[in-house]
Amino acid sequence: MQLAVLSGFVLAAFAPLLQRWCAARTSLVLALYPAALALWLLTQLPAVMGGEVLVFSLEWVPSLGMSLTFVLDGLSMLFALLITVIGTFVLIYAGGYLKGHPDLVRFHVVIVAFMVSMLGLVLADGLMTLFVFWELTSITSYLLIGFNHTDLEARKSARQGLFVTVGGGLALMAGLVMLAIAGDSWSLQELLSSGDVLRDHALYLPMLLCLLGGAFTKSAQFPFHFWLPNAMAAPTPVSAYLHSATMVKAGIYLLARLHPGLGGTEAWIGILSVVGALTMFTGAFLALRHTNIKKLLAYSTIMALGTLTMLLGIGTEGALIAFVTFLLAHSLYKGALFMIAGILDHETGTKDVTAMGGLRRLMPVTALVACIAALSLAGVPPLFGFIGKELMFESVLEAGSFRAIIFLLSFSAAIFTIAVAAIVVLRPFFGERRETPKAAHEAPSAMLAGPVGLAILSLLFGLVPVLAGTGLLTAAASAVAGESLSVSLSLWHGINLPLIMSLISLALGYLLFRHWDRVRGNLSRLDPLFAHGPEAGYENLMDGIVRISEWQTRVLQNGYMRNYIMVMVVVLIALVGNSLLLRHAPAFAISFDVQFHEAVVTGLMVAGALFACISRSRLGAVASVGIMGFCIALTFILFSAPDLGITQLLVETLTVILLILVLFRLPRFASLSTPLERVRDLVVAGSMGVLIMLLILTVVASNQFVPVSGYMIENSVPLAHGRNIVNVILVDYRALDTLGEIFVLALAAIGVIAMLKLRAPKPEAKGAGKGQGAKESADG
Amino acid sequence: MVKSGTIILNTAARLLMPLQLLFSVFLLLRGHDEPGGGFIAGLVAAGAFILYLFAFGVTATKEVLRMVDPRDLIGMGLLLGTLSILPAWFVGEPFFTAQWWEIPGIDFKASTPLIFDIGVYLAVLGTLLAVIMTLMEVDKDEP
Repeated sequence: MQLAVLSGFVLAAFAPLLQRWCAARTSLVLALYPAALALWLLTQLPAVMGGEVLVFSLEWVPSLGMSLTFVLDGLSMLFALLITVIGTFVLIYAGGYLKGHPDLVRFHVVIVAFMVSMLGLVLADGLMTLFVFWELTSITSYLLIGFNHTDLEARKSARQGLFVTVGGGLALMAGLVMLAIAGDSWSLQELLSSGDVLRDHALYLPMLLCLLGGAFTKSAQFPFHFWLPNAMAAPTPVSAYLHSATMVKAGIYLLARLHPGLGGTEAWIGILSVVGALTMFTGAFLALRHTNIKKLLAYSTIMALGTLTMLLGIGTEGALIAFVTFLLAHSLYKGALFMIAGILDHETGTKDVTAMGGLRRLMPVTALVACIAALSLAGVPPLFGFIGKELMFESVLEAGSFRAIIFLLSFSAAIFTIAVAAIVVLRPFFGERRETPKAAHEAPSAMLAGPVGLAILSLLFGLVPVLAGTGLLTAAASAVAGESLSVSLSLWHGINLPLIMSLISLALGYLLFRHWDRVRGNLSRLDPLFAHGPEAGYENLMDGIVRISEWQTRVLQNGYMRNYIMVMVVVLIALVGNSLLLRHAPAFAISFDVQFHEAVVTGLMVAGALFACISRSRLGAVASVGIMGFCIALTFILFSAPDLGITQLLVETLTVILLILVLFRLPRFASLSTPLERVRDLVVAGSMGVLIMLLILTVVASNQFVPVSGYMIENSVPLAHGRNIVNVILVDYRALDTLGEIFVLALAAIGVIAMLKLRAPKPEAKGAGKGQGAKESADG
Repeated sequence: MVKSGTIILNTAARLLMPLQLLFSVFLLLRGHDEPGGGFIAGLVAAGAFILYLFAFGVTATKEVLRMVDPRDLIGMGLLLGTLSILPAWFVGEPFFTAQWWEIPGIDFKASTPLIFDIGVYLAVLGTLLAVIMTLMEVDKDEP
């Protein structure tokens, strides 16, 4: 199971090769992959419908308790089927839509990778596995929105989508970690079966808010809805697949998945139902402002996502049944409508519904399919969308809290949606024939297969709800509820309030459609208001981030070595000083049991250091620093550490050589600092020296731990076969550190080579040396 | 600039370089038991080349190094260091566990720490030579 799903990544990698072998039929060949998965899922369907939860576990690193576990229950089965079935149609469709596109290969690679990520997301049992797949869908979505990468708008939209969803992803990760802490497990199965543990935990509210942050951004809930219409810059197959049927439902999936463990509390009901209803209304209302068919559909998708969130918030048995039904219905009709929008764009050369008209004679099949899908969107019997809408009204009426607000918002959203459905179909296909940029004719069969297949399912499930109803939806709704429910769907419920609401909304919606042009005109007066919407907030945030990073780069990365060193030293003083002086009282004993030669060496060191500071010539300073170095080497030798002594001597020698080589290329020795700055430097350097002295004295005086050197000395010969402990430490005890050090050394060499050999030629900066030398000489 | 040197420096460099290199290998091999080791030996070897460099210049030193680019030495060193941690894995012990092999006939024990030390030696030598030769080459470019 896991391997079957993950093998899709391999397939994605081989898609370019496939393109070479199969040429124009690549899309069809690739479509075999989701089709095969869908068939396999169908064979598992009876077991899942029987209420079984299939667990596929693959041990990965058993010693660390890491495994890759996939779980197939009603909810993940419903999602997995949607992903694979619609994925099959979309791939076939894309073969026609992007026929001959130079970047078709790239499209194939990314969309198959997305498909696998999405499947992994809905099947994953481990929280981290889920998170990884979640982020993968964000990244692939980014690549697909920006598919036309030469288009500035597309790139901007892609970035916006990425920032919003990945920003939410960060919140999600925090939420998942809290979830794991609260439930003491990383497995969703275990977490959700733990009863009220999560709901009663002290972290419940922060955890919920973080998880909602992730889910709401991904699923374009108000006020994060603005990225979704912009994502329509993607090619239409992508919009049909990612931005209506699957990816944007990932957030909804997560909420549904967590409902048994987290749902039902006051916070959950309040936030989800109100945000959902608000999103619903916003989406449906804003749709009316647009004439671009893809934007119209995108806003109606926002409406649908809001509906789903709201239903999860209401959380009654009826609402959950309505949730799964609406979810299925929406994926079927919205997928079909997007593909039809693509056909219209492809055949007529425009996306503006007001520029099209009377196309039904030219494209009869498309028109018929569009009608079926739009009727389902509008919720007209006998289509599956009608059942979904009836159930939605029913649940709104039985909502426990905020009933009035939810009712008002969802009822008006329903009216707007009906108008949108009418606009999407009646405008292009009926009425007077209008000239379009391209001469329209019926779409190729590859592009029709998808919408026809989905429309037939919409019709079939509506007429014979048993087909969709009893089995899969029961299992899915039960998974969401966390207890077994029974779903029985039917078209006719008798004359009741939901039916009357449906009829009223149909009539009002049609009325709105008739006067759409005037309404749109009136709405455009509100444009200045929309300019201050959440999207403007996003733009300001982004600009602010750029400004702050510019400022902090200017301050921190100013190119002066002296400033870098100063910042580092000051930070070190603050941190070490805090921990040494404030948190631990420095305890040490000073004894002046010094031998004469030791005093001489120390005196030389101090003199060298002082002279280096006051020397008026650079060579003098280098020499006196050298004296210090050699005195340190002497100290090592005096205290019987010959290895260190030798190393210090060699390093000192080489340092002097390096300094001489660099010396010639430095600018003239000049005094750049004011007396005040020199006093400041004195204070900083002095504090550092005093602090390090205190630190060393304290370390020598305190004996909190058994020194590790004892073990090393004892085992050096028997275990490491070496008598030179310093070397044994370097190459055996601490070989990992040494390995890291030689890598650092190599990096430093690469850095020097790169800076000296690859820098841009600067005519006026003659003899400029290493980084700061170049900068300083350029500055003065 | 660094001028190619005097007769004394030239003669000394010519004589001292092989000695210093030999000494560095000696330091490297005895490092496990006596003062020495890869790091010190690498510094000594680099010193040998640098002396030669000062006496005869970059071009002549490159000829002495023949085909070996100091940058390749760095790579070789890192590679050896990394490879030396693997044998432990093949005998089922954690990475980095030292492996010792007796070589029959001579009184010498080959081991992964020794290979590791040679890696350190090459990396240190390569780094220093690369840095100093680059610095001197740039000198030549910009008189």
